[in-house]
Amino acid sequence: MKMLETAVHEIETAAELEKIINGNENVMVCCGRMGPMCIPVYDAMEELEEERPDVKFYVMGFDTPEAAPIRNAPMCRGFMGLPFTVYYKNGKMVKATSSIQDKEEITAILDQFFV
Amino acid sequence: MDEVFDVIILGAGAAGLTAGIYSSRAKLSTLILNEGPIGGQMILTDEIANYPGVETTRGYILANTMKKQAKDFGCIIKSNVKISDYQFEGTVKSVKLEDGREFNARAVILAPGGKPRTLNIPGENNFRGKGVSYCATCDGEFFTGKELVVVGGGNSALEEAVTLTKYASKITIVHQFDHFQAFEHAVQEVKSNPKISFIMESELREIRGTNSVEKVIIENLVTHQVSELKTDGVFVFIGYLPNTGSLKGIVALNDRNEIIVDPDMNTNIPGVFAAGDCIVKRYRQVTTAVADGTIAALAASNYINEMKVKQRNLITA
Repeated sequence: MKMLETAVHEIETAAELEKIINGNENVMVCCGRMGPMCIPVYDAMEELEEERPDVKFYVMGFDTPEAAPIRNAPMCRGFMGLPFTVYYKNGKMVKATSSIQDKEEITAILDQFFV
Repeated sequence: MDEVFDVIILGAGAAGLTAGIYSSRAKLSTLILNEGPIGGQMILTDEIANYPGVETTRGYILANTMKKQAKDFGCIIKSNVKISDYQFEGTVKSVKLEDGREFNARAVILAPGGKPRTLNIPGENNFRGKGVSYCATCDGEFFTGKELVVVGGGNSALEEAVTLTKYASKITIVHQFDHFQAFEHAVQEVKSNPKISFIMESELREIRGTNSVEKVIIENLVTHQVSELKTDGVFVFIGYLPNTGSLKGIVALNDRNEIIVDPDMNTNIPGVFAAGDCIVKRYRQVTTAVADGTIAALAASNYINEMKVKQRNLITA
């Protein structure tokens, strides 16, 4: 069941998440809610989708049990702020951030890890 | 010269979107340029219960509705842009973006809003999302059974501290003054809550920890005594700053960097108006921003019409 109101495609199952990260070279997934710290990230991702065709952008509801692979990821250990945003390169998680990030901060991560 | 819009609005919060709705509905070609996400402070507000005519709603829902209204009337909205330069003198104003694009208009409405004030102390950025937070409803549950520090003494700080008592075992409010600036009912609510204690006339100097927040360093502003307080997290609610840094020296600001306007939202430059949290005023609410945006758009429309009449008269004279 979809939980997020954004134009970015929402992943609904862990199986779909696995298929996406294994089927694409560069993937960014923002796992959050419709909250004040999450919405600006979705907003930035909507714009980056047009500017960065080299990256696949997705969101996922934080509260669905299907998001466990992100919530429980070793790189997300100790995170205490929504959203959890993760970046996969060739199926492997290469970066994770906690709490709000602006477009500039996201772009810097994309430039660093998705060259 | 490129296309000249009737109105360019800088900012897409409540004031900017409202100005966009009014301006585009008046058949003025309207462009909104926004440096951050659409909705401004509204989307940082989890619940809005006192917007007249609208039952309790979420901030982002109200913002999305305003955005849709503006777009439906023909307003063009470009968000997450970076503005590099302004030229407000003369009858055609221009705004340059960092990517080289330039937009022109007969009138400009400044509605850049405000941004949450941060502590700007060592440790704050390092522990953002790992113990430092600016949103109780977003991150409160990560602190279930833990001890927290809340910084601030206004309505937001006290209301969010009460929200956090649903999760935290103990909350210490640290405030720089000897009294709170919040409404009396909010003050009474925190004072009667057994989970909340206070350290007044004090400021945080540092946030320390290894992988997450472990303690804060506090200075008493009267005695200058420095002490440590063990804590699992720090929630910061210390007000907002107007987003007017790039407008210094371009439009008249007061000593708090708020834009000075007259009752019709005119700035000191003809054809340049301002609205919302960025202007000199006492009360900053969605409703007051909406009112400012309305006035600014109507005044801009009037300015453009008068300018067109003047130009016609010059041609026929």
